[in-house]
Amino acid sequence: MSLTVAETKERNKALINEVLEVYPEKTAKRRAKHLGSYEETKPDCGVKSNVKSVPGVMTIRGCAYAGSKGVVWGPIKDMIHISHGPVGCGQYSWAARRNYYIGTTGVDTFVTMQFTSDFQEKDIVFGGDKKLEKIIDEIEVLFPLNHGITVQSECPIGLIGDDIEAVSKKKTKEYNGKTIVPVRCEGFRGVSQSLGHHIANDSIRDWVFDKSEDKHPEFVTTPYDVAIIGDYNIGGDAWSSRILLEEMGLRVIAQWSGDGSIAELENSPKAKLNVLHCYRSMNYISRHMEEKYGVPWVEYNFFGPTKIAESLRKIASYFDDNIKEGAERVIAKYQALMDAVVAKYRPRLEGKKVMLFVGGLRPRHVIGAYEDLGMEIVGTGYEFGHNDDYQRTTHYVKDGTLIYDDVTGYEFEKFVEAIQPDLVGSGIKEKYVFQKMGVPFRQMHSWDYSGPYHGYDGFAIFARDMDMAINNPVWGLARTPWKTAA
Amino acid sequence: MAQNAEKVLDHFNLFREPEYVEMFEKKREEFEFAEPKDKLEEAREWTKTWDYREKNFAREALTVNPAKACQPLGAVFAAVGFEGTIPFVHGSQGCVAYYRSHLSRHFKEPSSCVSSSMTEDAAVFGGLNNMIDGLANTYSMYKPKMIAVSTTCMAEVIGDDLNAFIKTSKEKGSVPDEYDVPFAHTPAFVGSHITGYDNAIKGIVAHFWDGKAGTVPKLERVPNEKINFIGGFDGYTVGNTREIKRIFELMGVDYTIFCDNSDVFDTPTDGTFRMYDGGTTLEDAANAIHAKATFSMQEYCTEKTLPLIKEHGHEVLAYNHPIGVAGTDKFLMDISRITGKAIPASLEKERGRLVDAIADSNAHIHGQKFAIYGDPDLCLGLAGFLLELGAEPTHILATNGGKAWKAKVEALLETSPFGKNCHAYAGNDLWHMRSLLFTEPVDFLIGNTYGKYLERDTGTPLIRIGFPVFDRHHHHRYPVWGYQGGMNVLVTILDKIFDEIDKNTIVPAKTDYSYDIIR
Repeated sequence: MSLTVAETKERNKALINEVLEVYPEKTAKRRAKHLGSYEETKPDCGVKSNVKSVPGVMTIRGCAYAGSKGVVWGPIKDMIHISHGPVGCGQYSWAARRNYYIGTTGVDTFVTMQFTSDFQEKDIVFGGDKKLEKIIDEIEVLFPLNHGITVQSECPIGLIGDDIEAVSKKKTKEYNGKTIVPVRCEGFRGVSQSLGHHIANDSIRDWVFDKSEDKHPEFVTTPYDVAIIGDYNIGGDAWSSRILLEEMGLRVIAQWSGDGSIAELENSPKAKLNVLHCYRSMNYISRHMEEKYGVPWVEYNFFGPTKIAESLRKIASYFDDNIKEGAERVIAKYQALMDAVVAKYRPRLEGKKVMLFVGGLRPRHVIGAYEDLGMEIVGTGYEFGHNDDYQRTTHYVKDGTLIYDDVTGYEFEKFVEAIQPDLVGSGIKEKYVFQKMGVPFRQMHSWDYSGPYHGYDGFAIFARDMDMAINNPVWGLARTPWKTAA
Repeated sequence: MAQNAEKVLDHFNLFREPEYVEMFEKKREEFEFAEPKDKLEEAREWTKTWDYREKNFAREALTVNPAKACQPLGAVFAAVGFEGTIPFVHGSQGCVAYYRSHLSRHFKEPSSCVSSSMTEDAAVFGGLNNMIDGLANTYSMYKPKMIAVSTTCMAEVIGDDLNAFIKTSKEKGSVPDEYDVPFAHTPAFVGSHITGYDNAIKGIVAHFWDGKAGTVPKLERVPNEKINFIGGFDGYTVGNTREIKRIFELMGVDYTIFCDNSDVFDTPTDGTFRMYDGGTTLEDAANAIHAKATFSMQEYCTEKTLPLIKEHGHEVLAYNHPIGVAGTDKFLMDISRITGKAIPASLEKERGRLVDAIADSNAHIHGQKFAIYGDPDLCLGLAGFLLELGAEPTHILATNGGKAWKAKVEALLETSPFGKNCHAYAGNDLWHMRSLLFTEPVDFLIGNTYGKYLERDTGTPLIRIGFPVFDRHHHHRYPVWGYQGGMNVLVTILDKIFDEIDKNTIVPAKTDYSYDIIR
């Protein structure tokens, strides 16, 4: 029953038209631009992206605060990140992203804590700058081992005209040059979490790199120094990546930002190469370090053995033969493990169809890992991608793959209903919708509380997890047996 | 290399392997510029002291690890308790992503809710167009019976007027004129999620009873024999609401559950996704005006709703999340008194069974010290039950509790000798609780999932009762109300007590003489 490419494209077109029918005309016109099939040889996926979500359609997207506090800054472990504004934003994002770290929480490490200014009506009316000053003072008393503070703005801050920059400067002075970073990531800015990533990147440029002299002049560099950029160490991803880079002979001087410290950020311009995993959220600072400090950057992909080997070789190409040999040694070392994982799981997963809808890099980056297991991606889309993401996606998807940008709850449901994939990979808000429909599902933001998925160690877990989702006996029980099939 | 295809190691064990442990140590030493270990140890010990506690309690501006969320979460929770209703939150869209995730993580269920997706231009010009387009889109896509509107803090700060906006949207044809769009302003910088619940319910009452924002005549109350029941913001809504219905049916009471989200947060996996399931019908919501009385299970979730209902001539009765024998007794006797329906023998038996269970297990609970935190009503209910069990609710903390709540807790503590050295903490957070647990240790802690950090730091065993509970599954399906609910809470507490006793006596040839087979 498998369709030809032409038939698939026809089917997709009909499906898209059917889905659009539910909308008022204006909305149908807007949404039509975000849906399509990938046409081979085209430079991108033919969909519009990074524009405002349509009101009232149940977009899956988040906000700039989520992009800054939740993604970029939050994992920096030895700093205190204040959710500045009302209590909710910090509460809902409290420890929810599983950015693993090692440290004594509440003493020298603060990632899984919720620091908030808990705005009250009087703070809205009279402004919150005085409160912010006091908060910084109280932090210094109660958490003396913190290595810096960020102020993560929630919606009201930008609306009531608070001057968090002035407060930050004043307190930096008062506390002898302490790093205090004001971040203008109010949730209403931009169209998704994406602008929050950008704002957070810029705040590192302006308030970490530019504000201070070299804070660690004693730091000795080597010709093999690299920084991992854009790995948030979800379930330990950055660790199972770092170990490979070290095994091939490189020295990882910084992790951005999973299990990262402020000192690592500060030392990053001393790296010889920045290796960039999540392009979407950290290309900005990578470009900046290239322009200002001359550090080149290279994108890599540590999902699945095919892409890992490709990436290790690509990274090694920036270094001497020692490292090139190191890459080959690492690939060879894990070959047996990879063969065993594929031998075990591929027969159980061969030919299974997958639909994805995720953020950042994953709508394309994980495709290779699925293909290593003989699985096929039949639909994918980005929560907050830009056109450069859709361009990069062309290297991963097949002709006729259904593409949906900033998909609405309704569209996603209808697409899955019609295509009946064997697996959907998306987020917590989507998980239970599809499981109710009897469709196997894995959360591909949080790894469904599993992980790591990066690196060779991670691929074994990825394979196991996809198998346990698809081959879960419960799916055979979803239909009530005494009810005749419709 | 530790990983292998036969027994795949994930994060639970992988990172304990020597190659990773060594990597972590090297990273810390060479790159993190971490604090020296002795300094770290010194600071860690200091946080356990009375000196630290005093400084911690002297905080005036900073909140650390609060046990409360913001208003719209409660409004969304309330909205889905009505038949075919979709919550529509006017303001920034990221907020809605957060509420949906939060509710899904607790109930392990879908959570449907839309946003008007306001961005910078709306911040300047107001969100009217977002409301007009948003209502039209939601209406045509999801065919709801009702759209219940609330607000994020963004819309509140710029002063968007929901009443006017909804009116204009109707004029522009977003939804039909007679279509139900109740609304509530739910600023995140006032109160907490329980305030949002209150405002949303009040908005729905006002909508149906008081003339749908001036578009139809107000309803005329014709008193009948029914009663209304409002559960409040409740992580156990699935189990609790069903238990209350069962009790009412046993008693033969004619009732309306005003806001019944017990089905929408517990839909089956049978091949169909139900965006809507169950809920109070809109007809019942309107007809609830005719009831003779309204019972609120959580006073602090209905502080504004109950006075409005009272204005319509109802008798209103409020409880504080009653748990256990006496609390349930009072609730049932009030129901019986107001409805004239007798409490049946079957419930008397259930009561007797709960008393029986408490008597059987008393020796293990009597005199144990507990710390409790959670929403104000839940704290009161739990404290009442613990006193009943002869336990001491030593620290009782509600981040969203106020002065009146504190006084109420203190009055409750006065009623029992077991409440003697116990204290209520209103407006404090879990970082305060941490100091309390270090300086005045207790045997057990009762709270939500976030309490696990307190368990880790202070070694106080955590009993998970509250909202949210993300890291244990399915407990929301079991009631904590009624005698059966009391039984569930008792067993939950006992299980933890016994597990701890076993854990503390398990060392062979050292403590295992007490590792008893009979307890």
